Amino acid sequence: MAPLLEVQDLTTRFYTLDGIVHAVNGISYTVEEGDTLGIVGESGCGKSVSVLSVMGLIPEPPGKIAAGQVLYKGQDLLQLDQKQMERIRGKEIAMVFQDPMTSLNPVLTIGHQIGESLIVHLGMGQKEARRQSVELLDMVGIPQAADRYSDYPHQFSGGMRQRAMIAMALACSPNIFIADEPTTALDVTIQAQIIDLVKTLRDQLGMAVIWITHDLGIIAGLAEKVLVMYAGFFIERGSVDDIYGDPRHPYTLALLKSVPRVDRTSKERLAVISGLPPDLLGLPPGCPFAPRCTYMVEQCRKENPCLEPIGFGHEIACWVDVTTGRER
Amino acid sequence: MTTTEVSWEFFEEEIERPPLTPAQVAWRRFRCHKMALVGVGLLIAIFLYVIVGAFIYSEADANRTDLSITLSPPSRDHPLGTDGTGRCILARTIYGGQISVLIGLSAVIVSVTVGVLIGAISGYYGGHIDAILMRFTEAMFNIPQLFLLILLAKLLSGKIPTFKLLGRSFSGSVIVIIGVIGLTSWMYLARIVRANFLSLKEQEFVTAARCIGSRNFSIIFEHILPNSVAPIVVAATLGVASAIINEAYVSFLGLGVQPPTATWGNMLDQAYHHLDSEPWMWFFPGMLILLTVLGINFVGDGLRDALDPRALTQTE
Amino acid sequence: MRGKKVLVKTESLKKHFPITRGIIFQQQVGSVRAVDGVTLNIYRGETLGLVGESGCGKTTAGRTILQLYRPTSGRVIFDGTDLTILKGEPLRDMRRRMQMIFQDPYASLNPRMTIARIISEPLRAHKLTSAKEQVDRVQELLRLVRLNPRFINRYPHEFSGGQRQRIGVARALASNPEFIVCDEPISALDVSIQAQIVNLLEDLQDKLGLTYMFIAHDLSMVRHICDRVAVMYLGKIVELAIKDELYDHPLHPYTQALMSAVPVPDPVVERKRKRIILEGDVPSPINPPPGCHFSTRCPIAREECFHQEPPWRDVGGGHFVACHEC
Repeated sequence: MAPLLEVQDLTTRFYTLDGIVHAVNGISYTVEEGDTLGIVGESGCGKSVSVLSVMGLIPEPPGKIAAGQVLYKGQDLLQLDQKQMERIRGKEIAMVFQDPMTSLNPVLTIGHQIGESLIVHLGMGQKEARRQSVELLDMVGIPQAADRYSDYPHQFSGGMRQRAMIAMALACSPNIFIADEPTTALDVTIQAQIIDLVKTLRDQLGMAVIWITHDLGIIAGLAEKVLVMYAGFFIERGSVDDIYGDPRHPYTLALLKSVPRVDRTSKERLAVISGLPPDLLGLPPGCPFAPRCTYMVEQCRKENPCLEPIGFGHEIACWVDVTTGRER
Repeated sequence: MTTTEVSWEFFEEEIERPPLTPAQVAWRRFRCHKMALVGVGLLIAIFLYVIVGAFIYSEADANRTDLSITLSPPSRDHPLGTDGTGRCILARTIYGGQISVLIGLSAVIVSVTVGVLIGAISGYYGGHIDAILMRFTEAMFNIPQLFLLILLAKLLSGKIPTFKLLGRSFSGSVIVIIGVIGLTSWMYLARIVRANFLSLKEQEFVTAARCIGSRNFSIIFEHILPNSVAPIVVAATLGVASAIINEAYVSFLGLGVQPPTATWGNMLDQAYHHLDSEPWMWFFPGMLILLTVLGINFVGDGLRDALDPRALTQTE
Repeated sequence: MRGKKVLVKTESLKKHFPITRGIIFQQQVGSVRAVDGVTLNIYRGETLGLVGESGCGKTTAGRTILQLYRPTSGRVIFDGTDLTILKGEPLRDMRRRMQMIFQDPYASLNPRMTIARIISEPLRAHKLTSAKEQVDRVQELLRLVRLNPRFINRYPHEFSGGQRQRIGVARALASNPEFIVCDEPISALDVSIQAQIVNLLEDLQDKLGLTYMFIAHDLSMVRHICDRVAVMYLGKIVELAIKDELYDHPLHPYTQALMSAVPVPDPVVERKRKRIILEGDVPSPINPPPGCHFSTRCPIAREECFHQEPPWRDVGGGHFVACHEC
């Protein structure tokens, strides 16, 4: 059976005054029903652009999806026109963003905004939509949902707005739920609430979740499969235990070592990844991580490695075996 | 474990592109603005017209009356025709242009000085000072500018004697008009500057300066004012245009700069009775005003885009 | 604490921001109680962490200690001098000895100044060096924060976030301060850059004997860098202890919830962890709940908590907590 979502060789570029920004460079992944996929990377690594491309939300121009396919249930989403895409977006695949305030219309009530997608996508009547919206607000844990239905976005706190966004995303019971750093702007206790909520809803509704974040901690407790992204490439892919227990790409390894942990004290200095992430305007030939990599060998400067399996379901894009420090 | 001496921290090659100062960034953006370049072209042409022209025609030419050729249409001797007393329109537009541009620039210097001072004090200190200054500004706003202009021009006219500057003699009314226009047009700028100060003083770099122990004087002049330059420059540029138009208004009503000193404005006034019969009398000074104002507005628009504070981050 | 010499001491420090109405004659109609009675000691050479969620008043507390906001009441004693009664020149003079590193490396540097002018500002403000020595001092400071001294004539927009934060650190160090308030200095930076800045701050502390107050919401990083940690909730400190004590044996129910909410980058640990999920949101600091401020969300609140403010108790070993229940 074909997977629910299959992204093949997706390449997105931005044509700016300063040059071509290579935001996403030929990434491929699949999402099965009920999967939870975590995409980890630093800001500017292309992780948001990669899912915005899937959703057909890249502004064109300056953006352009230069190559690739996005097969949803076998249908290439990139070939659809705006109208057809709107039918998929929100109904089949839903997304929440980092900043709930910019995605909510400040002059419409929260309830109205949730109800709208029910009316548009499911053809519900006004009354039915209202009843359903209240139910959704209740489901995402908004107290006194019936009263809060007619509140405006500014009357909600940050955490509640994000809950409302999730309610909106879940309105049509999508098959895939994409979360683009939805908790970055929130406090840890609220973040815990939201993650808990998404986990519960995922198990209840059986939807697939793609969660994008720079926080390694969130993914550890949430995802089953993890993709590590750097400079628009996937550089490591594996199960959550592979990535955290046995990271094999120097970047993943260094990233994990550079973050302190709340559950233990280390006396040593943090490990440091030197330098800066590369400029996506002009990537040098070879591995994009090479200039910052402590394992670099001659080959790294010449050719960019592709993802290759090193274990069951565990792939890395690296010329070096970090366990021995020698070329593979 | 120490990483102190490792050389990775010296980001030698990280900044490869030649560094651009904020001014260079602004110029790069300004260059992309086609209409602004047209505006610059227009203004350069006008400046050349009034400056180079002065070497060809003397001021005496501009004021020489010749009753034998009154109201003659453009001809070989007088390419733009003559006025009611036979003066050469071309020469008069050159010297009148000098006065009009001088009035425009000087009046703006007056209004920028007053506006920035009031706006800066109001915005930086806030509280009662702000309340008082802003209520005064609003009061000034509510009196029609033209009414003030006419009133002050009437009251002050003839109080200042004629003076000489750079080999030209100016009617004292020029000073009056500069002062009057300057003192009736600073309110808009004061409000812009105040708004800018209000938001800038909450910026972290201003807090940082306070934390460092910098004095108020240096915070205002080193930190806040340089960051408000953009709206001030834009407003000042557009202010030159409106000062030139204001001068034309007042002179048209016969209250401005007194003849024989020519300005584009009082040339229009003199053309008033010849609108149908001798169109060249109003067409050329009118056109010059139009082109100057248009050019200034184009440049102002370009500057607004080029000096946009977000410009710096966008080119990163 | 070894040595135990207090450098900064606050005594029931309060900062209330008035909410006013009116155009010329302004009437106060309420106040935001951003900092509502903070008492703590900061010892020379230590790093005190101040953690809490957004809006808890931790940034205001830092700024009030530095007299960037004048306190509503209470005292701040810096090395024996009460800062709250100082004004004008004497206060300006004290500023040389205490500095701040800001959260936003983009907003905290004046975009119209060169790096040299930014870093030398404290030198000029306090006339610490002659104009000639200024360049040398700036270059020395740039080397200290591991930036290339050739950059002195560049503008902030040419640098990355991490590099700008180093410039901010260099500026803070220019006047040789003893005490630095670090207000979320790494939260705007990328994960891989955060460690660079944290290590730099630690190196500088070792080298220059600095005292830090480290304000942050990232509890993992606070555990790494701090010696003692204070937890703040709605304008009040609810718990304070040496870090291992606080992280391993949190007493206050809020601290416990906070600790459990921080994800650990280790799936094995994550599967075993129990989260305490707090209900609802932080109440508004305009009308904080009577009694214990945390009572509205507290899982173990009892009758007394809603009426009576809990006392600040020493439970031994430098561990303080404000809670009726523990």
